[in-house]
Amino acid sequence: MSYQGRKINPKHFHPSQIKFYLILVPISLFMILPIIYLFTTAFKPQEELFKFPPSIFVQNPTWKNFQDLFALFASSSVPASRYLFNSILVTVLTVLVSVVLSVSAGYILSKKQFKGRKLLFEINTLALMFVPIAVTIPRFIIIVNLGLIDKFISNILPIVAMPVGLFLIKQFIDQIPDSLIEAARIDGAGEFTILFRVIIPMVKPALATVAILSFQSAWGATEASVYFINDEALKTFAYYIMTFTSASSAATQGISAASALIMFVPNLVIFIVMQSQVMNTMAHSGIK
Amino acid sequence: MEEHAAISRAKKEDNHIGGIRSKIANIVMILPYILSFSVFIILPVALAIILSFTNFNSMTFPSFVGLSNYVNLFTTDSVFMQKILPNTLLFAVVCGPVGYILSFLLAWMLAQIPKGPRTVIALAIYSPSLTAGVAMQVVWVAIFSGDANGYLNAFLLNNGFINDAIQWLQSEQFLMPIMMIVTIWSSMGIGFLAMLSGILNIDQELYEAAYVDGLKNRFQEIIYVTVPSMKPQLLFGAVMSVVSTFQAGAIGVQLSGANPTPNYAGSLIVNHIEDYGYIRYEMGYASAISVVLLLFVYLISKVIRRVLTPKE
Repeated sequence: MSYQGRKINPKHFHPSQIKFYLILVPISLFMILPIIYLFTTAFKPQEELFKFPPSIFVQNPTWKNFQDLFALFASSSVPASRYLFNSILVTVLTVLVSVVLSVSAGYILSKKQFKGRKLLFEINTLALMFVPIAVTIPRFIIIVNLGLIDKFISNILPIVAMPVGLFLIKQFIDQIPDSLIEAARIDGAGEFTILFRVIIPMVKPALATVAILSFQSAWGATEASVYFINDEALKTFAYYIMTFTSASSAATQGISAASALIMFVPNLVIFIVMQSQVMNTMAHSGIK
Repeated sequence: MEEHAAISRAKKEDNHIGGIRSKIANIVMILPYILSFSVFIILPVALAIILSFTNFNSMTFPSFVGLSNYVNLFTTDSVFMQKILPNTLLFAVVCGPVGYILSFLLAWMLAQIPKGPRTVIALAIYSPSLTAGVAMQVVWVAIFSGDANGYLNAFLLNNGFINDAIQWLQSEQFLMPIMMIVTIWSSMGIGFLAMLSGILNIDQELYEAAYVDGLKNRFQEIIYVTVPSMKPQLLFGAVMSVVSTFQAGAIGVQLSGANPTPNYAGSLIVNHIEDYGYIRYEMGYASAISVVLLLFVYLISKVIRRVLTPKE
């Protein structure tokens, strides 16, 4: 067999691609099936949830599960809107802070010469392997000693430093030619102007990617609510749903699915909106 | 010439006047990251190491006990040696490589089809990784639910494969395989995307040149062109896959709804940490387990890095 023209990233369909579809389509169906289940179950009325045999698809979709979910909150001391508000606030702040921290540190690590620069990046790359779940105990001790127990900010502070965020952005900034920065400096731009006017506009795809990753970690985070916060009014939606779903039974399956959907859909929407930016960033993601 | 001189003069002035200001600006830019990174990532790891040499019940000040936590962990903690460690090894050895190789193969196949269908299929494959946590638990608990209404039970009952509903998630025999399936299902995350984009960015001419040099088929193409050209992305994907495999450690508890899992069948190191740290309040001992887990991840990643680092 000799080389037959374009193979990677073809522009059009060709019969030789059929074999790949034959493998990819069934696998992607297997991957997506549980998610379809999530969608349909969330909209199933009671009687369909108990039907035997259960069917994947819903016949009479209803919003009742969502209404029940919020009614359930109403009976507890803290209303659902409060948890939801907490989660939105935590997520927005975490995304903003972690993106700003990553891009400003990424700029310095990429474009500035200073002692310890290599070492710092090396430690950060090592920290890509960091498994947060392994250190909840020392984190708890640190939070206690900083006096942050039962403070709203302990939802945010522990997750704003994202080694993978700094890593991706730094790799991306490496692609920006030094001459551009030099030119801006000659035009009289200060460091912050360079960061905001030169660097940030050029690394938008990487920023979008880091924002997505940070969004996912903040939106689904339960660590702070479980360990650092006792005050119900400061806990997050993800936490409440977690406590609720772990006690779930067939009777509450529909409500569980409705709440799981509320957790899942924002992640999905944000990813779909920004997926081309993510792919662009990932091209520079390699560890060299 | 004159212009050149002007530029270098401007540079010099910048160094003199703006030098200190820009130095301060630089420090202001990097300090917040270093601070939060140190306080919530470096310090906890250091603290875990220190605490692992102590006896600490979270009420009284920790007392130094030397290596006894580690000695106990490896000699007297029969649950750890007989269940937790073998479970974790098995789980990691299966989920890590299978998830990793699968994400490479899927990414490679996706690169062979046009952009439109590729985007749709890639999204379908990627979306399970977005369900991490709550949503994942809800979906799979319903599928493997122990009563006749669970999807799998209903399917098997209906088709006459079984006569009685099986308690999938409470069964010692099935819990671990189910955990593996769910973990692999949800592991096509950012590492998968990195690999896909790595493959798509390989210079087309490399393939053409390789075929001129006598490349014969697709398999050789992968071995001689694709893999060597995307080692950095492969390494990134590998590190991400190791981390997500260990981070997924709580999955057995999430699925079975109990810590410890039925007869420890699905308990991994992460559950053992939680068991000792937050259920028995033996924080020193739990820290020793954390350190063992971190060392584990570190060693595996080290090996992977050695294998995948591009040779200069």
